[in-house]
Amino acid sequence: MLLIRCPYCEEERPELEFRNAGEAHIARSPNIAGESDDDFEKFFFIRSNPKGIIYERWRHMHGCARFFNAVRDTVSDRFLMTYKAGEPKPVKLPGATK
Amino acid sequence: MKKYSVFAIAREAMRGHKGWEEQWSSPEPKKEYDVIIVGAGGHGLATAYYLATVHGITNVAVLEKGWLGGGNTGRNTTIIRSNYLYDESAGIYDHALKLWDGLSQELNYNVMYSPRGVMMLAHNIHDIQVLRRHVHANRLNGIDNEWLTPEQAKEFCPPLNISRNARYPVMGASLQRRGGTARHDAVAWGYARGASARGVHIIQNCEVTGVKRAPNGAVTGVETTRGFIGARKVGVVAAGHSSVIMNMAGVRMPLESYPLQALVSEPVKPVVPCVVMSNTVHAYISQSDKGELVIGAGTDQYVSYSQTGGLHILQHTLDAICEMFPIFTRMKMLRSWGGIVDVTPDRSPILAKTPVPGLYVNCGWGTGGFKATPGSGHVFAHTIARDDPHPINAPFTIERFRTGRLIDEAAAAAVAH
Repeated sequence: MLLIRCPYCEEERPELEFRNAGEAHIARSPNIAGESDDDFEKFFFIRSNPKGIIYERWRHMHGCARFFNAVRDTVSDRFLMTYKAGEPKPVKLPGATK
Repeated sequence: MKKYSVFAIAREAMRGHKGWEEQWSSPEPKKEYDVIIVGAGGHGLATAYYLATVHGITNVAVLEKGWLGGGNTGRNTTIIRSNYLYDESAGIYDHALKLWDGLSQELNYNVMYSPRGVMMLAHNIHDIQVLRRHVHANRLNGIDNEWLTPEQAKEFCPPLNISRNARYPVMGASLQRRGGTARHDAVAWGYARGASARGVHIIQNCEVTGVKRAPNGAVTGVETTRGFIGARKVGVVAAGHSSVIMNMAGVRMPLESYPLQALVSEPVKPVVPCVVMSNTVHAYISQSDKGELVIGAGTDQYVSYSQTGGLHILQHTLDAICEMFPIFTRMKMLRSWGGIVDVTPDRSPILAKTPVPGLYVNCGWGTGGFKATPGSGHVFAHTIARDDPHPINAPFTIERFRTGRLIDEAAAAAVAH
């Protein structure tokens, strides 16, 4: 089981308290009905599914219930960092090899 | 290829079993092939086999980064069934089921296909409605499926607990008698042996690191850890790593890869005569011919390539198993493991041509690809050989996520399958 640090509660809690909410930094168009089929497919279905560093959303369901973002290595499942929703995608990652 | 038979066994018994030959050869890769298949699992090897036998294309290489059948082919729970709701799914899974019947004879290799019946349990009114709808839909598609009362379910599978006091009481079940299990390793080995005997090169420990394309976009070959290998047609059958390979060719996929776990118990005498599945409590169980209970769990909730998963996922499944079969509460578990499954948004596979000329993909089987192995290989070989999909796999395009023409088994099953 993963140990996940909630950036709002500021402590590590077991994975059971959290719900994964998919890839992060996928912006929904303000005019979703006006999106072309290609753009809607990219927004709704296409995912980067990286073997390596992933930016993903989590929700602290059984805690503060808030969404936040995390950076994780999908090969080792190690979390590099977590940060609050709305904060920009981090450029420098702590402890990243690449 | 020497044929396996009772006479071969007798002959070898007489001379100390010194005449058995290797089941498949391990040649050095050539500079160029007509077709390259990426991934030597069941689906990839079946594709190569049917390319050789049905379409006469034998200048084929199957590239495998690890060892043959060492990915999800060797990690699944070997359940075979075709009781899917939608016509498209029913078409492809029943195509596979028809090929399972007779596969051992065709391959001259005992894949131990055992149509012992797949029973799916209903625990509430909604389950009853959904499963009965499946029964009717299946029968309209010519697929056997029948409805059982709890007493009939108990008769078919004696260890099942049908007490009304159970937390999730059994209120009925659907039964596909043609469903069952097969020996997963033997499927990969049998297809590998058949393909190799017809000239297909199976190259293990050869990881694809890049896909080469000509200026016009067409595929020209693949970069591997053993050098460049040319081919005008490349079929990607890489399960959890399909999106990684497709990214090398510049195609982004509607896929996410998750760990899926399974476990087996210590071997015991025959006790579970069929496959039992429950979507509501999420557990499925069968017993191997060796005597182990084979139990499948669910996926983890996050994308991962770690081939392992959380212990709480297994615990959740074992809770459900003990609820359904109280006699197993003190059974010891021997091993657990994880595989990486590639899941599409509608939980149906993608077997199709891609936007890249010469590049084909067979992926997205998610948590239930083993049962489709022969059918998937058969229609994918057709797609590659003719550069045109077989009518059975024609609906399983990549483009369906743009056009919206989904095959939404996710909504139909409401559970990983």
